[in-house]
Amino acid sequence: MMDSQLVLYEEDHRRILTVIGRLVREANAKGVFVVDKNGQLIGEAGEVRGIDSTSLASLTAGSIAATGGLAKIIGEEDFPIHFHQGVRDNLHITTVAKRMILVVIFDERSSLGLVRLRVKKAGTELDRIFEDVKKRAESEGATAASPFADITDDDIDNLFAD
Amino acid sequence: MSFINYSSREINCKIVYYGPGLCGKTTNLQHIYNKTNPDLKGKMISLATETERTLFFDFLPLALGQIRGFKTRFHLYTVPGQVFYDASRKLILKGVDGVVFVADSQIERMEANLESMDNLRINLREQGYELEKIPFVVQYNKRDLPNAAPLDEMRRLLNPLGVPDFEARAQTGEGVFETLKAVAKGVLSDLKRLSR
Repeated sequence: MMDSQLVLYEEDHRRILTVIGRLVREANAKGVFVVDKNGQLIGEAGEVRGIDSTSLASLTAGSIAATGGLAKIIGEEDFPIHFHQGVRDNLHITTVAKRMILVVIFDERSSLGLVRLRVKKAGTELDRIFEDVKKRAESEGATAASPFADITDDDIDNLFAD
Repeated sequence: MSFINYSSREINCKIVYYGPGLCGKTTNLQHIYNKTNPDLKGKMISLATETERTLFFDFLPLALGQIRGFKTRFHLYTVPGQVFYDASRKLILKGVDGVVFVADSQIERMEANLESMDNLRINLREQGYELEKIPFVVQYNKRDLPNAAPLDEMRRLLNPLGVPDFEARAQTGEGVFETLKAVAKGVLSDLKRLSR
């Protein structure tokens, strides 16, 4: 079934940033990203400057999609936890709230065990936030106020003016 | 599936370039990348084999400007065209907002074009989309080649729906931006329609 459009308001975004900001501190992580399964970056926290977050989001989604495909081939529904070990930095990737991906970057200041533990808690909190977002989208339905309801053909043409 | 972020006042949309192997999907993206102002584009990612055939996808993030105070961002993806990469193509179509079908004009590639178009229709349906209902444009690439099929014939075979279509020569960039503009416009018009 086709996914519905994802609409995040400031309050949702603030709640997400609070959860992942806390995850950075409690897991001693370098950085945390929330990405949706279609490759859109939803939020980031920690020492993320210098990281190309748009590329990270797209590649994470690609990787999750590919391993999800692999899982189905061997009769699994999904591989919800991924761990990539590097020389200095490591990546811990989990799927949360069905359509989201939580990415944690950490180095020797933390450990896989600690990250796993903290991710579990943060994952539950993110589940709740995205459940609220989903419920709101369902109740608002097509009547939701969208910034695009009133755009004109001229607005669209102006984007391509030059 | 577009993503509207009120916090950063951004709208993100996903466009997929589809078509048979070696039709010029990656070349389209490379041209857009080369000709776009560095402030408006992100890094282009190509997951390709050693012989530069697309293995999984190419990805190019692009900012088009603002509409009603919202930054519009388009994520352009290509699929691997070779027949045996079908599992990857399905994954890349997830959450798509608009599709460009790049056809290879060479007459001997007509069957490959038709096969790829059928494959697009099937894979979209698996994701819950109908080709007739999503923003869709067709590009007839490699028009400069001596063995190019007549345009009328290509239109008849590949564009029975009469969606916007363009002749192109992606290697020199001819028709590339016209195609992109048409699909982006289709996506934004669709957003407007869905908001009503």
